[in-house]
Amino acid sequence: MSLTLADVRRIAHLARIEITHDQAEATAAQLNDIFAMIERSGRVDTAGVEPMTHPLDGVQRLRQDVVEPPPEREELLRNAPEQQDGLFLVPRVIE
Amino acid sequence: MTELAHGGLAQLSRLLEERQVSALELAELFLARIDRHRSLNAFLDVRPELTLRQARAADARRAKGERGALLGVPIAHKDIFVTRGWASTAGSRMLEGYMSPFDATVVEQLAAAGMVCLGKLNCDEFAMGSSNENSAFGNVLNPWDAAAVPGGSSGGSAAAVAARLAPVATATDTGGSIREPAAFSGVTGVKPTYGRPSRWGMIAFASSLDTAGLLAASAEDCALVFNSMLRFDPRDSTSVQRPDEDFTRSLDMGLRGVRVGVPAQFFTQGLQPDVEAAVRAALEQLRQLGASLVDVELPNSPLGIPVYYVVAPAEASSNLSRFDGVRYGHRARAFDDLNDMIKKSRAEGFGPEPKRRILVGTYVLSHGYYDAYYLKASKVRRLIAEDFQRAFQRCDLIAGPVTSSVAFNFGEKAADPVSMYLADLFTVPGSLAGVPGLSLPCGFGDRGRPVGLQLIANHFDEARLLGVAHRYQVATDWHRRIPAGF
Amino acid sequence: MGIQWEAVIGLEAHVQLLTHSKIFSPASTAFGAQPNSQASVIDLALPGVLPVLNAAAVECAIRFGCAVGGPIAGRSIFARKNYFYPDLPKGYQISQYELPVVQGGTVTALVTPRPGEPYAKTVRLTRAHLEEDAGKSLHEAFRDRSGIDLNRAGTPLLEIVSEPDMRSSAEAVAYARALHTLVVWLGICDGNMQEGSFRCDANVSVRPAGDQRFGTRVETKNLNSFRFLQQAIEHEIRRQIELIEDGGQVVQETRLYDPNLDQTRPMRSKEDAMDYRYFPDPDLLPLQISTEWVERVRGSLPELPDAMRARFASQYGLTAYDAALLTSSRALAEYFEAAVRAAPDAKAVANWVNGEVAAALNAEGLPIERSPVAPAQLAALVARIGDGTISHKIAKDVFTALWQGKAESADAYIDAQGLRQISDAGAIEALVEQVLAANPAMVAEFKSGKEKAFNALVGQAMKATRGKANPTQVSDMLRRRLAG
Repeated sequence: MSLTLADVRRIAHLARIEITHDQAEATAAQLNDIFAMIERSGRVDTAGVEPMTHPLDGVQRLRQDVVEPPPEREELLRNAPEQQDGLFLVPRVIE
Repeated sequence: MTELAHGGLAQLSRLLEERQVSALELAELFLARIDRHRSLNAFLDVRPELTLRQARAADARRAKGERGALLGVPIAHKDIFVTRGWASTAGSRMLEGYMSPFDATVVEQLAAAGMVCLGKLNCDEFAMGSSNENSAFGNVLNPWDAAAVPGGSSGGSAAAVAARLAPVATATDTGGSIREPAAFSGVTGVKPTYGRPSRWGMIAFASSLDTAGLLAASAEDCALVFNSMLRFDPRDSTSVQRPDEDFTRSLDMGLRGVRVGVPAQFFTQGLQPDVEAAVRAALEQLRQLGASLVDVELPNSPLGIPVYYVVAPAEASSNLSRFDGVRYGHRARAFDDLNDMIKKSRAEGFGPEPKRRILVGTYVLSHGYYDAYYLKASKVRRLIAEDFQRAFQRCDLIAGPVTSSVAFNFGEKAADPVSMYLADLFTVPGSLAGVPGLSLPCGFGDRGRPVGLQLIANHFDEARLLGVAHRYQVATDWHRRIPAGF
Repeated sequence: MGIQWEAVIGLEAHVQLLTHSKIFSPASTAFGAQPNSQASVIDLALPGVLPVLNAAAVECAIRFGCAVGGPIAGRSIFARKNYFYPDLPKGYQISQYELPVVQGGTVTALVTPRPGEPYAKTVRLTRAHLEEDAGKSLHEAFRDRSGIDLNRAGTPLLEIVSEPDMRSSAEAVAYARALHTLVVWLGICDGNMQEGSFRCDANVSVRPAGDQRFGTRVETKNLNSFRFLQQAIEHEIRRQIELIEDGGQVVQETRLYDPNLDQTRPMRSKEDAMDYRYFPDPDLLPLQISTEWVERVRGSLPELPDAMRARFASQYGLTAYDAALLTSSRALAEYFEAAVRAAPDAKAVANWVNGEVAAALNAEGLPIERSPVAPAQLAALVARIGDGTISHKIAKDVFTALWQGKAESADAYIDAQGLRQISDAGAIEALVEQVLAANPAMVAEFKSGKEKAFNALVGQAMKATRGKANPTQVSDMLRRRLAG
């Protein structure tokens, strides 16, 4: 299984990371090395094995439906690159 | 004063208790050392006024009659834990200057116990790396050898403790990021059971693997701090609820009757002779202290690296999606539209390693590849975890090397990501199984660089793990060695 | 030409659950607060935050599942749905993918096609699952910027997915209404569509009638009223048929409905096929729901709309249509039954509730809970018509007086205004004599065959008594006198 430049551009778009043509070539080569390494795990027989998403068995704890006051808005907006009137600003969203 | 810094946490705790030294004096001492050894680049954010304020507060608490093993003891936090007061960058340009409105639970717990924060420690970007060469804010030097990497991702934590710039440092371990730098830097590093320390306030890398832990001069030091740190946290859904424990209770248990399992898979070709020699000597030492060595098998553990490099990047690719330049973090200055802003912000803010892992993770989760990669890796993960359970039926602890070589040089592996990933060969299986493990210094190898012995216990068996380590550290003095110049 | 086309419609409803706090964070879910004043660090997706599940949201989902007869999963999984959008702070939505909490069920709706007879339509549900709502983007206030408000981010949603069982906009709207009624009935949603508590997306495709294969389906969003839902579906059906008949192909896409132009257009942000890369959320553990919990919830359910509708029809002898109107909300049904307890003529009560009461509520935009006329008051009024004290016509005036607060009770107003119907035989006889004597021309007209004159004479009698004469008795008496 070998990644093409088109694959790399598609994944970079899905991940919203801008990538130049040169970067895409270098990245493709590195990713192919990584995938060659990963492919080794594909040969093991896992018939009947449950996937493991958490290392310990457990079930989700449930929280009581109680409201807690949030932090002051200024605190939350403190690191905002651009804000106005309590809103986070971004370039115009077009639906 | 240098002797104070070399003494270790347990000793500092006693001196504070006996009023032979104050929290303020200790804080000033360590801040001066940090400043003197700036060239190590272990620290990213130091704010002396904040530290001294905390120290004075600890002294005031003691003056009012409060007592506690950690009251007034200095600590530094890996920059993966968010802190009010100090910036939290996760070693990345993406979060340069980010000020969190809340503290991580681990930070809160230790502050409540009276610990005094010396500052934030350098690390590989978003905890991704094995050498701290992936930090956006420069490499960290190994105090034992300036040409050597300290290990990663908790390179700052390991170097700071090795150079005694802090008696203890928090860190995180996802695939080996505490144990490996502990080995490379000649200090003790402990990763508890997954889910025991809270992940609230830990900037997430791989959620089902990330575990907070400690680096310090000894297992005893770690045990003292764990008493305040391994607690249920209702803010973390994966936090384990168990009765409170005293992790120092088994320190004097001794090794008589303890079965130490030695996995064949950890002693394969690839393990360097100098490391093997030191580790085998340590195993022999354990045997002389009363343990019996048994052969065990972890047959699927060689698959640990391929599994880890599917699962961890997959989770990371999703965890890092929040960094889009909208609410915080780096935003590009020039862009055409919203989409362009996000793409450029992420391209500029992330370094090469996070980008690589995000791309790998995005790919293995993508349509058509999920079953073959992510689902498959999750199944193999269970096989690896089951290997440990089978092994622990025949032994109480597993022992072996932490890494296949001593610390490598800067630049040696940076060009080849896969060779860098192989540094995690012996630590990743334990991470995937969520079992507790530690590294303790057991000698020196090539070029005089430290070697670490890995001990692994079953889930929730930290007390025994620390007890065995402590017994070894009573009988040996590797852990008391200080690098020249520090 | 002249292919007979069949429309195939499925609906996805997003229902905001009535919990105090959000599904994964403890911030409030109240509507209308200042921007970003009801957002916790979790809702902002700040570095280091983690989700913890709200028990009340799960309870709402179980209530719904029990009400629709859908199996409740003993173990269900939360999954991340990954995509980038500024109002989605984490860059993923916590939702459910495989193993949703409710795994089936049905909803039966009364469809009123025009033209045609009302009929019952049962729609199967594919699933219902828990997820979190996104924030809001505001465009109006800024020139080249959008403002992001995360107050809504993290509000619990139940996404209810139907099978593509509907075949017309009427069926789709009927189903949507029935679902809306049900979630409000169960107390799991406030049903306020203007505030976005209940939102529908429609999946529409067309195929030649009789064909078993499905055509390409198109998703239509931004349907926040039943009227828009109906219009958008009808537009989309027409658009697709025209497109195919012109030789084109329907493209699988997502479209936005524009109510001003009454048309749908493709959504820009959804142009590329989304790969959501679902995987189980590692920050959350599997949700376990015991059978004890389910049974406890099942036992606590109120009588449901369908059951109540059937009971009203049989117990009170009402038509299906009237029963459906009375069970369009739990509050209305309770009002009706309270009234009937005090005035046993259920049909009369039903007519008043569905008639005068409904009209008065609509005129002032009030819900039944805020009716100024209490059930007992209405019952007393209906009883006074039934026992002949007042005529139906007078009763309307009494009702208005009660509604406007001009009287405490029907009796009080009748007495105060002297509205008792005249029904004494002697008085009626005298009245009729009076009217006949005073209107000889009308009498003559009647005797010459003009039936209209009879009504005019009745009218005179009513006028002379200011409407209080019992019209039936007047009519009977007049007939007898004129015949004789």
